[in-house]
Amino acid sequence: MKHIVSTVTVATALVLAGCSKKAPEELPPPPATSTPAPTAGPEGAAPGTQAHFAQVMNGQDTIYFDTDRYNIDSADQAALTQQAQYLAQYPNVRATVEGHADERGTREYNLALGERRANAAKNYLASLGVSPDRISVVSYGKERPKALGSNEQAWAQNRRAVTIILN
Amino acid sequence: MSLRIAVLLSLSLLAAPAMAQDIVPPPPDVVDTDGGLEVTVTDESAWQDLGIAIPAFATNADVATPANNQGTAALGAELGRVVYNDLKFNGLFKPTGPDSLPRPTYPQITAPAFNQWGGRGAEMLVHGYVRAGEGGKLTVGCYLYDVQLQNELVRAGWVVEPADWRRAAHKCSDLVYSRLSGESPFFDSRVAYIAETGPKDHRVKRLAIMDSDGANHRFITAGNATALTPRYSPDYKKIVYLSYLDGNPRIFVYEIGTGQQHLVTQSKNVTFAPRWSPDGKTILYSMAIAGNTDIYRVSAQGGQPTKLTDSPGIDIGGSFSPDGSRIVFESDRSGNQQCYVMNADGSNQKRISFFGGRCATPEWSPRGDLIAFTHIVGDLRVAVMNPSGGGLRYLTNSWQDEAPTWAPNGRIVQFFRTAKGSGQASLWQVDLTGRNERRLPTPVGASDPAWGPVLP
Repeated sequence: MKHIVSTVTVATALVLAGCSKKAPEELPPPPATSTPAPTAGPEGAAPGTQAHFAQVMNGQDTIYFDTDRYNIDSADQAALTQQAQYLAQYPNVRATVEGHADERGTREYNLALGERRANAAKNYLASLGVSPDRISVVSYGKERPKALGSNEQAWAQNRRAVTIILN
Repeated sequence: MSLRIAVLLSLSLLAAPAMAQDIVPPPPDVVDTDGGLEVTVTDESAWQDLGIAIPAFATNADVATPANNQGTAALGAELGRVVYNDLKFNGLFKPTGPDSLPRPTYPQITAPAFNQWGGRGAEMLVHGYVRAGEGGKLTVGCYLYDVQLQNELVRAGWVVEPADWRRAAHKCSDLVYSRLSGESPFFDSRVAYIAETGPKDHRVKRLAIMDSDGANHRFITAGNATALTPRYSPDYKKIVYLSYLDGNPRIFVYEIGTGQQHLVTQSKNVTFAPRWSPDGKTILYSMAIAGNTDIYRVSAQGGQPTKLTDSPGIDIGGSFSPDGSRIVFESDRSGNQQCYVMNADGSNQKRISFFGGRCATPEWSPRGDLIAFTHIVGDLRVAVMNPSGGGLRYLTNSWQDEAPTWAPNGRIVQFFRTAKGSGQASLWQVDLTGRNERRLPTPVGASDPAWGPVLP
């Protein structure tokens, strides 16, 4: 069942990849053309930890969504591919994907929407070969905004799914 | 629930002459005889202009009471103030309170000085008394008089524990309100909500309860785990709510008497958006499995849940019609949030909202005639519609008003308002005219109000 869902999601993502998507003005830096080798990660953080993952991902631990949407676009695919590579590098680590929504929706619907976004990311990671058993999801709805403003730019940064390594 | 309420059939301690008028004449709907006063239940603007004098309640003897450290005389003034504030803050009538009125004597409670009150422009007069009895119990009497007719319209009395003295005042407010408006009572009720403190990105959210007027406030959870979306059980013995207690959103049933709580259903999936059926025997909840959210129902005693919806989208929330036969809920199966009605067994699901924008958080009025909801067209506004989806009418117009909850009589809704930028949340209420809107007093920020029924 999960496999079918993954396939459908990926197919949807490919179809929708051409859609324009309003990107947050303060997007994280674009993905490096070549993925940094996890083994050559920054000093200080032990490989396989959240700190190490966050440093290596350099912003690619987060993907962003359009209003009310949960499709995985090409930028998301690039980020999730990097995440999947990291998870392949450290096959013993587990991860959780946190799904979030902006503040411009009702509380309960946003919880469901965050759940749907986190699952979209999880399913894409699974399609790249990461075992679904290694990935949990949690939705925070609109409860944990990252950007604090009440404007389009802030909302774009808050409609997100963030992958966290469970230490 | 130590409260004992008894309608006093006899007020033998009161002045004997008044007893001759004990038989309350059948109250006429229109009591005016010379054009100054019309009381009709259908025209709100007319009865809301009614002048009501509410002086301090009298006492037979000023004695000590746990309800007020200055004794029963001071308590009598407090009782009058609670009634005054109930009627004033809800935009009902034009009351004048104890602090600007002479205090009647104890015998005058059943034999008012009508000429004195008529001279003050009062059309209606509320009199009351408080008496300390055995074991500290308080007897509170409440009388409503028509000043021009010099008639008693209604009376009632209650015996309460000292800690419940405010309930006696709310009962008096309900008596006056119901007699004059023809509507059902609602003041003697409580609200569960979420108390909010801290910055926008680290908001602490605690389960809290209070009386319908904001008094008797109490925090229930400590704030270590985010708490959301509470609902009082109809008997006020439990609160069902969402907590991140184990790091994931799950629905818990909190028992007020014992302080214990348990999961509403054993599942490793996310559960949220809990609701009670009107009889308290069933809990509705929503569960997300792999990103797909559907609505389930389960016995409040536990057991096997029944899945009510099966669309691939987000089906969430739900509110029973007062007779328990139907459920209004929200679904994005059409592409975005809209309101739908189904039978309580999940059959016959039909969309009812076709007015543009999004329809969210529908709540069926306890009267059955209206559904309150959040209408989203950029801004979030509280609105009502009839159960067929017609008659859309806005009650509020602000940047973000969300999640209406009905007063027990279906004439007022509370909701929460979020401020742009800061995200500060506060509780508000508005009547069905949309004209009488006010903020509820809460010690800290507040959201997710859930108004319970009239207290048992």
